[in-house]
Amino acid sequence: MSEQNDTPPAGDLDTYIAAAAGLLSIPLDPAWMGAVGSNLAVLRAAADQVGAFPLPDEAEPAPVYEA
Amino acid sequence: METRPDPGTLTAEALAGAFRDGTTSAADTVAAVLARIARVDGAVNAFTDVLCERATARAAALDVARARGEPLGPLAGVPFAVKNLFDIAGLPTRAGSRINRTRAPADRDGALVRRMEAAGAILVGALNMGEYAYDFTGENVHDGPTRNPHDLGHMSGGSSGGSGGAVGAGLVPIALGSDTNGSIRVPSAFCGCFGLKPTYGRLTRAGSFPFVGSLDHLGPMARSVTDLALSYDAMQGPDPDDPVATERPPEPTLPGLAEGVDGLRVAVAGGYFSRGGDPEAFEAVAQVARALDCTRRVEIPEAARARAAAYLITAAEGAALHLDRLRHQGHAFDPAVRDRLIAGAMIPAPLVERAQRFRRWYRAAVLDLFRDVDVILAPATPCRAPRSGQTTFVLDGVTLPVRANIGVFTQPISFIGLPVVAVPVRLDEGLPLGVQVIAAPWREDLALRVAHRLERDGIVRAPVANL
Repeated sequence: MSEQNDTPPAGDLDTYIAAAAGLLSIPLDPAWMGAVGSNLAVLRAAADQVGAFPLPDEAEPAPVYEA
Repeated sequence: METRPDPGTLTAEALAGAFRDGTTSAADTVAAVLARIARVDGAVNAFTDVLCERATARAAALDVARARGEPLGPLAGVPFAVKNLFDIAGLPTRAGSRINRTRAPADRDGALVRRMEAAGAILVGALNMGEYAYDFTGENVHDGPTRNPHDLGHMSGGSSGGSGGAVGAGLVPIALGSDTNGSIRVPSAFCGCFGLKPTYGRLTRAGSFPFVGSLDHLGPMARSVTDLALSYDAMQGPDPDDPVATERPPEPTLPGLAEGVDGLRVAVAGGYFSRGGDPEAFEAVAQVARALDCTRRVEIPEAARARAAAYLITAAEGAALHLDRLRHQGHAFDPAVRDRLIAGAMIPAPLVERAQRFRRWYRAAVLDLFRDVDVILAPATPCRAPRSGQTTFVLDGVTLPVRANIGVFTQPISFIGLPVVAVPVRLDEGLPLGVQVIAAPWREDLALRVAHRLERDGIVRAPVANL
């Protein structure tokens, strides 16, 4: 199974966080930046892990769990 | 000298029996439970609200009903309590937060509270929890931590920490909790209780404060498997007020509870579930497996990726739920919750959608396993309860943050809604450990049967903490 990661490098997280906070209208206290960045980095790693799994285009979400 | 056992330390089954046969009154039971809460809960901090008036009035009404010969429900005379994300008429549903305390009081009880009381149970209070259920520790910056009743210097586990603490401490025989990524199973393991996380959609969530709609489950915690079955059976049934509640009619589990395990195909989860924890977590699983003559192993495929996907979806859906509060009341959150939610709000949508698509693949792959097995065993947590306030632990030689890693073994299971009974194992005189007894969707009955057999044989047990 391929573990190849096609996603680009994380880049400047602080710049992204500041821009995203503006887009989301979340007023960010500068004191929160470090912790938000750490959490976003963990989420980014999780997304990379998920994204490395090859899925067919037909694999749509299945929000119903009937057996 | 006190010779009668404290009612709070008895099982629901025993209390209901004593009420039915006239050995005890509901009023006496409730008075004794309220007195025990007053005496013990200062140390444990499981309760955020004790409903003295309501419980006393309800007990008096039940005593009158019994005197009149009216029909009594299966839980008649049994006190219970609920995590404070369940609506309770007259109280704002705080869900562990400071922010929600300014909400209007709930105008009626949540659906499961109503169903428990329809079966004769008596609500005695609301229980502490991690803020907005985004927690595995049982700590709460606003209300203080729930302490582990078996060792007050240790975590209760979360986010249903008050539920685990109250049951483990013998304050109530049954508590209701919620489980999004492990929040029933983790405190059950740490506090030495039984916990049932049913199939996703099995129990209505109407009248409870949500966290992650596509992962939220509600369920009971107790000190016996029979008590789990009694309360679970009382709470089943469709509910149009919860969009994901199943249309299936109730499938009572109590009648078949003692059918045993003959013919059931049981396997231990290998691979991901056999590493990354303390040896004793795996010894607890091995002990349960030996008792069931289980030598089979299965590999749950891509469990690590499933955990990562659950982590992503949790952060994103949780952030969507709380977005307006993040915009306007950021300073009123628990900082640890707020910072994770803000990060969750910033995950690009395609990454979350991809996690949902992976979920489809993973669900099909895991359901395939249930063609060959009926029940899968796995650890509930990677270790015993850490010390209160502990921020890192060493698992398999790797130092990891506690908060993010307590749920490593529960997240890949709830991710696809499988039913699980967490059973408490006592390897020694130290703190308890938990084992997940996992079944196919809608087969809570099988997980409960296995748990019941283990309990009968003394392999798993939930003694009241010595407080």
